[in-house]
Amino acid sequence: MANMLEVKHLGISFGGLRAVNEFELNIKKGALYGLIGPNGAGKTTVFNLLTGVYKPDSGSIMLDGDDITGKSTIEINKAGVARTFQNIRLFKQLSVLDNVKAGFHNSHKYSMFAGIFHTPSYRRVEAEMDEKAMEILKVFDLDKDASYLAANLPYGEQRKLEIARAMATEPKLLLLDEPAAGMNPNETQALMDMIQFVREHFGMTVLLIEHDMRLVSGICEELTVLNFGRVLAQGRTADVLNDPQVITAYLGE
Amino acid sequence: MTVMIEKMKKKTRTNNLINYAIVIAAFAVIQVMKSTGNLSSLLNGLLIPVCSYIILAVSLNLVVGISGELSLGHAGFMSVGAFASAFFSKSMLDAIPFVPLRFGLAIVIGAAAAGVIGVLIGIPVLRLRGDYLAIVTLAFGEIIKNVITIFYIGIDGNGIHVSMKDKMSLHLEEGGNVILNGPQGISGTPKNATFLVGVLLVLITLFIVQNLINSRDGRAIMSIRDNRIAAESIGLNVTKYKLMAFTVSAALAGVAGALYAHNLSSLVASKFDFNLSILALVFVVLGGIGSIRGSIIAAVVLTALPEMLRFLSDYRMLIYAIVLIVMMLLNWSPKALELRERYLGRFFKKTAKEGK
Ligand SMILES: Nc1ncnc2c1ncn2[C@@H]1O[C@H](COP(=O)(O)OP(=O)(O)OP(=O)(O)O)[C@@H](O)[C@H]1O
Ligand SMILES: [Mg+2]
Repeated sequence: MANMLEVKHLGISFGGLRAVNEFELNIKKGALYGLIGPNGAGKTTVFNLLTGVYKPDSGSIMLDGDDITGKSTIEINKAGVARTFQNIRLFKQLSVLDNVKAGFHNSHKYSMFAGIFHTPSYRRVEAEMDEKAMEILKVFDLDKDASYLAANLPYGEQRKLEIARAMATEPKLLLLDEPAAGMNPNETQALMDMIQFVREHFGMTVLLIEHDMRLVSGICEELTVLNFGRVLAQGRTADVLNDPQVITAYLGE
Repeated sequence: MTVMIEKMKKKTRTNNLINYAIVIAAFAVIQVMKSTGNLSSLLNGLLIPVCSYIILAVSLNLVVGISGELSLGHAGFMSVGAFASAFFSKSMLDAIPFVPLRFGLAIVIGAAAAGVIGVLIGIPVLRLRGDYLAIVTLAFGEIIKNVITIFYIGIDGNGIHVSMKDKMSLHLEEGGNVILNGPQGISGTPKNATFLVGVLLVLITLFIVQNLINSRDGRAIMSIRDNRIAAESIGLNVTKYKLMAFTVSAALAGVAGALYAHNLSSLVASKFDFNLSILALVFVVLGGIGSIRGSIIAAVVLTALPEMLRFLSDYRMLIYAIVLIVMMLLNWSPKALELRERYLGRFFKKTAKEGK
């Protein structure tokens, strides 16, 4: 099967610090892939490179056969990459519903004139957005909270809303940065089920950063372990987790 | 579930309708007071300026509250609207004798002129990250005031004459007409503004701003305000939407200026100074950043009160400044918190790392 993501020789420095170096990654279409590593290993930096928040100083990124290296965050999203953030970044003063509808911005359009004068196209497109947004919210059990301000959601629900918003852009590749952080084991398990469901139902490829090893081994087919900005091990989950190097670097910390 | 969405929509709709209703009710009350002779001439003279201040405040709120940027030169856009529209009205006095048409066109021209200047300022500045808009608009407000003051423009049979020296050097032929007279500004603008027109313009402003906020574009503007990095991550064009909010706001401030100019027989640029820009900001902050209704009420109260408390007028700007600072510090609404964090927080703590 063809690859959704192919990353070669990716690297970036901050001052004297080589935060990511010679990073390589191939993810098959439809895969659920894990990126793990100790604190400060460079996992979030990899996401920032993949989404154009940082421009890499070496390497290339191919998404579904298209070169997206050096493109802007907006272009990369339009090309089909959406993400969540380790430190939650919601549109706090907007409703839960509007957070998701914002994700439909580029796929559901009407003019500013239509918006001000409430023309039929405004009504039609808004109704379409409402319906689709509620569908996505339902997946994450957030439909009942649609009218709340995002800021008023409990922490765990905020994480789910971020995923819902990212999904609204209908990405080919979904990047999740520690989606279960701060959740209890039950919530985490429920979230993992949701992620599995989303991947199958919406046909997305998912790359997720995780700290919790059990969780990663539970749902990811393949893993990459990052340490000091370099790939330490890569491959099938079971093999990687039994790699002695990984055990000392990651579990032995 | 559609029931819930219907409920949300109804809530917004009701909220917007209340604002129209407040304006219309106030208009009705004033009309009754007028016809029964209960309106003092002092208050009567304030009616049109108050309408233009409301428009100014609501337009500024679009920038400060909805788009999350700071403009310290909104009086400058009002000035552009005032002078462009007054220039048009005065030079078309004979050409277009039909008042509603001429005044209507003058308002559109005032809005367009201010909007164009808004785009010209916004394009370079809104692409930058950080709070450059505050600095640039502050400078713009001062510059526009001085630029208008040095121009002399007249019209005669040969067309338009421009000078930067004095009236004489325009060399107008017999029957020529000085329109813009340097520091003396424009005098003899037809006083076409009425309270009714003022109220209609307020309602139109509310209609545009409220519906914009509740549309796809408004959602994008507020998303960018709430979190720029997340907004980019879902493909929102940050510059485009900041520019949209800023331009619409500038154009509406131009409308406020056009209304203002057609209520005065002589219009001078020094009227639209930094104090007026700050006054507009006080309306917005005091009324609650992001609250349209608050802006309306604050504009009315803060314009009417000082006129009634004339004896305090020497201290007016001082009082406004103190009120502004106290409100910024004591206001606990989320938007005020955010603004405070942006403008004061950086002195106390480092800003969060990007992208995390
Ligand atoms: N914008 C930046 N400027 C300077 N240094 C940075 C920047 N972003 C990241 N770093 C550094 O790069 C290194 C990797 O950081 P990163 O956030 O990618 O780690 P991480 O693997 O996500 O860690 P965690 O598990 O704690 O989230 C760290 O040393 C960090 O301080
Ligand atoms: Mg991280």
